[in-house]
Amino acid sequence: MITDVIISALLIFGAALALIGSLGLAKLPDFFMRLHGPSKATTLGLGSILIAAAVYGLSSDTLGIAARPILITFFLFITTPVSAHLLARAAIRHRLYSQAELPPQREPKHEPPQR
Amino acid sequence: MLDIALNVAFAAITLAMVLNLYRLVKGPDLADRAISLDTLYVNAIAIVILLGLRFHTGIFFEAALIIAMLGFISTVAFAKYLERGNIIE
Repeated sequence: MITDVIISALLIFGAALALIGSLGLAKLPDFFMRLHGPSKATTLGLGSILIAAAVYGLSSDTLGIAARPILITFFLFITTPVSAHLLARAAIRHRLYSQAELPPQREPKHEPPQR
Repeated sequence: MLDIALNVAFAAITLAMVLNLYRLVKGPDLADRAISLDTLYVNAIAIVILLGLRFHTGIFFEAALIIAMLGFISTVAFAKYLERGNIIE
């Protein structure tokens, strides 16, 4: 019974996080902001869904269900930052600019040398 | 209780995939479509895992593992194509 509660909570938490990440992908105004939602929230949501599947497999004594989600979790947590980094680099090569505001610039103490 | 949680999770992941399809159709640049496809395969893994929980078999998890590997490879190939213009040099 307690394992049912744990599995249900992990499933709903993970599905909500995946939905929040995809909502960020659909609503945010800029490419570099849009990269945040999937690469963090959706990965964590899928990780918690996979951990729920592993707990389900362990509680019902079927190791075939328990082993593979852990493998998928490790693989996904390793590969998602790599793909996000590659896509950000490709976007920089495509001259996509961010719309986020820069922090206020300080006045330079010395004038740059005139050439 | 597990059935109710599974149904809620199915609904949320389906809505997330619809939002990804919206960004895939609308996206102003190719890189937006690339991250939309990336998120779409992650959500597809989630739905396959939920199907495996519902039908209580381990076969769906093998399918999810294959989707994870092929999705990562395709995202890397897409990003390299966007960056350099070719895939195999």
